[in-house]
Amino acid sequence: MDLDLGFSMLFALMLATFVGFSVIQNVSRLLHTPLMSLTNAISAIAVVGSILIAGEQKDTLTTVLGAIAVFASITNIVSGFLITDRMLKMFKEKGPKS
Amino acid sequence: MSEIVTHLSYLAAAMLFIFSLRWLNRPNTARRGVLAGVVGMGLAIFGTLLDPHVEHYLWIGLAALAGIAVGVPLSRVPLTAVPQRTAISHAFGGLAAGLVGTAKYLIWLEEGTLTSFRTGAIVVEVLLGFLTFTGSLMAAGKLQEVIPTRPITYRGQNAVNFVLLGIAILAGLALIADPTKSYLFPVVITLSLLFGVLLIIPIGGADMPTVISLLNSYAGLAAVAMGFVLENQLLIIAGALDGASGFILSVIMCKAMNRSFTNVLFGAFGQVQVASGQVEERVMKGASAHDAADYLANAQRVVIVPGYGMAVAQAQHRVREVYDSLTKRGIDVKFAIHPVAGRMPGHMNVLLAEADIPYEALLEMDEINPDMPQCDVCVIVGANDVVNPAARSDKSSPIFGMPIIDADKSRVVIAIKRSKNPGFAGIDNALFYADNTIMVFGDAKGVIAEIATALKEDDTAAAA
Repeated sequence: MDLDLGFSMLFALMLATFVGFSVIQNVSRLLHTPLMSLTNAISAIAVVGSILIAGEQKDTLTTVLGAIAVFASITNIVSGFLITDRMLKMFKEKGPKS
Repeated sequence: MSEIVTHLSYLAAAMLFIFSLRWLNRPNTARRGVLAGVVGMGLAIFGTLLDPHVEHYLWIGLAALAGIAVGVPLSRVPLTAVPQRTAISHAFGGLAAGLVGTAKYLIWLEEGTLTSFRTGAIVVEVLLGFLTFTGSLMAAGKLQEVIPTRPITYRGQNAVNFVLLGIAILAGLALIADPTKSYLFPVVITLSLLFGVLLIIPIGGADMPTVISLLNSYAGLAAVAMGFVLENQLLIIAGALDGASGFILSVIMCKAMNRSFTNVLFGAFGQVQVASGQVEERVMKGASAHDAADYLANAQRVVIVPGYGMAVAQAQHRVREVYDSLTKRGIDVKFAIHPVAGRMPGHMNVLLAEADIPYEALLEMDEINPDMPQCDVCVIVGANDVVNPAARSDKSSPIFGMPIIDADKSRVVIAIKRSKNPGFAGIDNALFYADNTIMVFGDAKGVIAEIATALKEDDTAAAA
C-alpha cells in the first residue's frame, strides 16, 4: 500500500464530506424525500466496483457476487433517478387554475 | 490512453454529482439536478467499462438488464410506499458493497496480495454493507407492516447487541493482523448481518424518519469504504456526499424530536407508556363531518396539519378538494409540516405535491407557529405526537421538549382520527380533550371526502 495514495484518498474523503455538508445544508426541507432518493442513486456508484469484479471474471464465485452487485446497483440507479424525477415533477409553484 | 479517458470521466462524474446536489437546493432547479446525476452516473459507467480489467461483458449486461427490469417498477410505486422503497434501495446499496468487499477479499486471498490496509478497508466495507443490508430490509418490513412496527424489546438487548458488535470488530481486527485467517471472514459477515437485524428490531414506527436517514448515511459510508478497497476516488467522493446527506438528515430528525442518536438507537421509544399517577376521566367532543365543514366555511384562516394517518389513508387528494373549496371562498389555507411527520424526511411534502397543492402553501413548523394564534380553524389529519401540547408542559411525558406545531393555540381545532387510541408512540394527547377541540372519528380519507362534499353542497345551495 502506497502511503501517498492512502493519504490522498483520505484528503478526497475529507473534502467531499465538507462539500457534502455545505451543499446539502441548503436543500429546502420541502425536498428532503427527493434528496434521499437522489443521494441513493448517486451512492449506487458502487456499480463501478461491481462492474470491475463481474468483468474481471476471476472465478465463478466472485463473478456471481459481482453480477449480483451489478444488479443491485443498477436497480438503485434506475429506480432512484426515475422516482426522484417523478417526485420533483409534482412540485409546482402555483396550483392548477381553478 | 483509455486509462486517461476513464480518469477524466470519473473526474467529470464527481463534479456532476456535486452540481446535482447543488441544483436540488431549490424546487425550480431540482430537475436539472437529476439530469446532472444521470449524466454523471452514465460517465462513471462508461469510464469503468473502458477499464482494461473489464474483459467480459456478458454477466454485466445480464445483471444490468435484470436491474433495469426491477428498477423501473420500483420507481413507479405509489408515493405512500416511498419510505419502503427508499429502505429497500438502502438495502441494495449495502448488499452491493458487502458483496464487492467479499469478492475482493477472495480474489486477493487467492493472489496472496492481501495487505493489512486492504483487509482493514474490506472489513469496514463488509461490516457496514451487510449491516445496512439486513437493517434496511427490517426497516422496509416494518414500514410495509410485514413485521410489527411496535418496538420488540427484551431484557439485556443493548448488552447483547454490543457484545455481538464487539465480537465482529475483534474478528475484524484479528483478520487485519493476519489476513490469511480466512475462517474469520464468514464470522464478520454473519455477525454484521445479525447485528443489522437486531439494531432495527427495537425501533418503533415513530422513529423511522431518523433510522432511514441513518441507514442512508451507512449506505454512503459503505461506498466510501469500497473506494478505499478499490483505490477509487470517485467512489469515495460520491459515497461521502451520500454519507453527509444521510447524516445531516438524521441530525435534523433528531433535533425535531429533541432526542439524541443514542436515544433513538438504544432507547426503544414508543412502548406503551404506563401512565404515572391518577388518570382522570376526560371526554372528547365528537362531531360530524358536517359540523367540521361548517366551522371551515366560516373561517378566515385555516391551517391543516397532516400526519402519517393521511399517508396511510391516502387522503391527500381529498384534502386537495377541501383546499380548493376553501381557497375558492377566499379563505387562507396553509399546511403546517412538522419535520418528522410521516415515515421519512419530507414525506408529507411529497404527498401534498402529488395532490397538486402548490408548495408555497406548505410551511415548516417554525414558519407557521408564530401565526397559530391568528388561526381560526386548525384541522389535524392523522397527526398526533407532533401537536401534543404535553411536549411543552408535561415534564413527565416521554416527548417533553420536542418542538411541536402549536395547534392548540388555534381558535378551533378539528382533529380527524381513526379511533380514540393513542398514536404510534402510545402517548395520550391532551389536545384531543381541550375545550376548543372537536373530534371527527373515522378513516381520514372518508371523513375528508365527507367534508369536501358538504362544502360543495353548501356552494351549490348558495348559488341556487
